[in-house]
Amino acid sequence: MSDTLALVLRLLAVFVVFLVFPLVIGQTEHKVMAHMQGRLGPMYAGGFHGWAQLVADGVKFAQKEDVVPTGADRRIFQLAPAVALLPYLLVMIAIPIGPGNAVGQALDAGVFYVLAVMGVGVLGSLMAGWASANKFSLLGGLRTAAQLLAYELPMLLAAASVAMAAGTLALPGILDAFHWWWVPWQIIGGVVFFTAGLAELQRPPFDMPVADSEIIFGAYTEYTGLRFALFLLAEYAGIVVLSALTAVLFLGGWHGPFGADGLGWLWTLVKTVALCFVVIWLRVTYPRLREDQLQKLAWTVLIPLALVQIALTGVVKVVIS
Amino acid sequence: MTLAAASHGFLSPTGVEIAFVLVGIATLGAALMTVGSRQLVHAALWLVVALGGIAVEYLLLTAEFIAWVQVLIYVGSVVVLLLFGLMLTKAPIGPSPDADSGNRWVALTVAGAAAAALVWVVVDAFRATWIDLDGAAQGSAEAAGRSLFRFWVLPFEALSVLLLAALVGAVALSRRGGGAKGAAETLAPAAREGRL
Repeated sequence: MSDTLALVLRLLAVFVVFLVFPLVIGQTEHKVMAHMQGRLGPMYAGGFHGWAQLVADGVKFAQKEDVVPTGADRRIFQLAPAVALLPYLLVMIAIPIGPGNAVGQALDAGVFYVLAVMGVGVLGSLMAGWASANKFSLLGGLRTAAQLLAYELPMLLAAASVAMAAGTLALPGILDAFHWWWVPWQIIGGVVFFTAGLAELQRPPFDMPVADSEIIFGAYTEYTGLRFALFLLAEYAGIVVLSALTAVLFLGGWHGPFGADGLGWLWTLVKTVALCFVVIWLRVTYPRLREDQLQKLAWTVLIPLALVQIALTGVVKVVIS
Repeated sequence: MTLAAASHGFLSPTGVEIAFVLVGIATLGAALMTVGSRQLVHAALWLVVALGGIAVEYLLLTAEFIAWVQVLIYVGSVVVLLLFGLMLTKAPIGPSPDADSGNRWVALTVAGAAAAALVWVVVDAFRATWIDLDGAAQGSAEAAGRSLFRFWVLPFEALSVLLLAALVGAVALSRRGGGAKGAAETLAPAAREGRL
């Protein structure tokens, strides 16, 4: 019975993190973008630094009418936001935040699990793009699918390199095998993984599937109110998941220069938040790529780099064993 | 059949076995919806349910690695390709009136014969085998890798050569003529011109 209770508590903790962290990242994005681009708008609500802007946004989304276009495929249109959001909740269950058993549920093939389930989230965008009965939405859906084909392979190859280095597919197992010199050893794979992950999340500079200035938010054009907010939440949850995964796979997760025993979870948190900041930073710094430029980047740069990383991992692994 | 029935019995199923049968029925239902639906995109989405159901079946048989690979390859990539292809067509929202090729009975016969042959072969091959679900996981990544690279290396390599040949063939087909003809190369030029 206590086992069941412990499991329920773990899942509850993951769920709370899933509810809180994406909102924190959303708020951070507002503030960081406001500072970097000198935007004054979000700085007023609530007084100090516009802290209430997120609350105001939430109230606004909840008030809006939930519109389903007449020509839309009703059920698929309404189901799409859930399909986009839930996979990230499932991924968070498998991400270890500290040494020992500080993980929602340790999985034998954790690397494959997280990549497989993250890929399912894309189906949400595709369903939304097709079911909206809107040309902009359809274009957005097409771009989403084309983008997936570009980033899926380099992401998988980069993650496979770490799994090769550790000799296991379990995320806690990878962290147990980690040494500090893995960071320079796996740095190419880390950059490839993070870049491909940005493309998966459709974050700038790879945000052509949503491209608000040309195809009006792509697959989400017809969405209003809470369903639209769910898509936004999925994006922020994706940022958290991608940053945490990059921290765990390539930056050593709970390992740190000191305090690895009691403060492991803090190191994971610091690394994750730092990477989230980089994601936001890239958004305000870089212009949007074209879809063909992403294809070119993926097939001629990212995949060869990932293969080089795998070769390097294999050579070093053979030499030191 | 006698061996399995003698030591385990079919009349007192465990929870896992009941779940296996239920998920199997749901998977079968989703598969029937896939081929029976008149709405093309709905058929593709039912396919997601069917493939996901098979992944759950793998999980119930403790083949965790295979299950995640199933999700990654089939749900994550193959169905996305399928939907991508459907979006390039004029698949309407609602039923497609011209989606019926008129081969309903021939298709049903072929499918029934194929299913019967598969079930017969599998039952005949594994009739006395019983997977012990309580012991160490037999489908873990380590176990799968061990048996793949110890006993099945030759088929594995042969398959990779086959896939390589298919890849080269696809490249050759899509480059033929060099013009903007052929369905296989609609994607690349469209992307190059920034239309996607």
